[in-house]
Amino acid sequence: MGSAKYDRAITVFSPDGHLFQVEYAQEAVKKGSTAVGVRGKTCVVLGVEKKSVAKLQEERTVRKICLLDNHVVMAFAGLTADARILINRARVECQSHKLTVEDPVTLEYITRYIAELKQRYTQSNGRRPFGISCLIGGFDFDGTPRLYQTEPSGTFHEWKANATGRSAKTVREFLEKYYSPEETDTEEKTVKLAIRALLEVVQSGGKNLELAIMRHGQPLQMMDVERIDEYVKEVEKEKEEEAEKKKKK
Amino acid sequence: MAVCGESGDTTQFSEYIAKNVHLYKMKNDYELSPRASANFTRRMLADSLRSRERYNVNLLMAGYDEVEKKAELYYMDYLASMMELPYCAHGYGSYFVLGCLDAYYKPDMSVANGYELLKRCIAEISKRFSINLPTFSVKLIDKDGIHDQEPIHARQLVI
Repeated sequence: MGSAKYDRAITVFSPDGHLFQVEYAQEAVKKGSTAVGVRGKTCVVLGVEKKSVAKLQEERTVRKICLLDNHVVMAFAGLTADARILINRARVECQSHKLTVEDPVTLEYITRYIAELKQRYTQSNGRRPFGISCLIGGFDFDGTPRLYQTEPSGTFHEWKANATGRSAKTVREFLEKYYSPEETDTEEKTVKLAIRALLEVVQSGGKNLELAIMRHGQPLQMMDVERIDEYVKEVEKEKEEEAEKKKKK
Repeated sequence: MAVCGESGDTTQFSEYIAKNVHLYKMKNDYELSPRASANFTRRMLADSLRSRERYNVNLLMAGYDEVEKKAELYYMDYLASMMELPYCAHGYGSYFVLGCLDAYYKPDMSVANGYELLKRCIAEISKRFSINLPTFSVKLIDKDGIHDQEPIHARQLVI
């Protein structure tokens, strides 16, 4: 296989223009548990699939939604250890920015910073890329909600709603079908959309989801399990009603 | 934190400490206690003391410890000496004010009494100190956070 010769030192291009290490990093992301982000009118919702923990493991130590600053939250899919490094650097940068320019970071700035950091690791000798894809959400200083996604290659884009990790394609297709400004004009609708999207690929139940809601000017709210269960039940009921209607037709 | 000293150093140093304390909260999900913050600040001052350019700042740091359930006040000077005290002051005015505090401070004073004591100290300064210090801003720190109080104007005080 021609690729075997070109994936050792990642500074090397393959003959057909691929950076194989970066592509392998993207494969690592596809193995991680799903994360979904939805930008609503008044809030940004991030949801992650909670992997089942071993019997003896303390559940609360598995954290996939992290606060970078008071107004910026990040969820990721991929290698958790890599994520920790990026999160620490991003947190320091958030404070450093406030120290030098007196203003909190904009979402675009901190996403660009993380993306640049990721890119640096795709162009140095002896280092491998970060094996994570991040969903960064929050509110800019002027109150605009934003959602960005970064890839291991170091690219970033703004999204209205997106998913990453295992079965991201299924979730994204669902979001493409059902996302609209009307479906996300209230907080409740946005949360419901995020949960519905995640439930496409995650086992039903509040225990398997972790949800965070970011509102402008307010601290991050991690939804508690009971609330998630309530939403899940509502979503299931709606699904059943829809299925009934289709049958009658 | 209340700072005084070299202009510029005061802002730079206090903002640096504030952002680092905030970073700790982001990283570790809980806030630094007042004692930990004070010790961190003292360490920053000590490191700067034997470096190329030292921070020429004196400061007072106040906080409420949620765990110990008490308020704490730390006195720190530019040589990085630190003491936890019931009352303290910096600057030339302190020579006059400390005597006042010695005489009238009681450990179980109410907020109103504390404010009155502050007024007394400022009256003392406006009477005895050669430099005119007309206005003092006042902040109260308790379990509910930091609250702005009515500023004290020297000329309104009865001496």
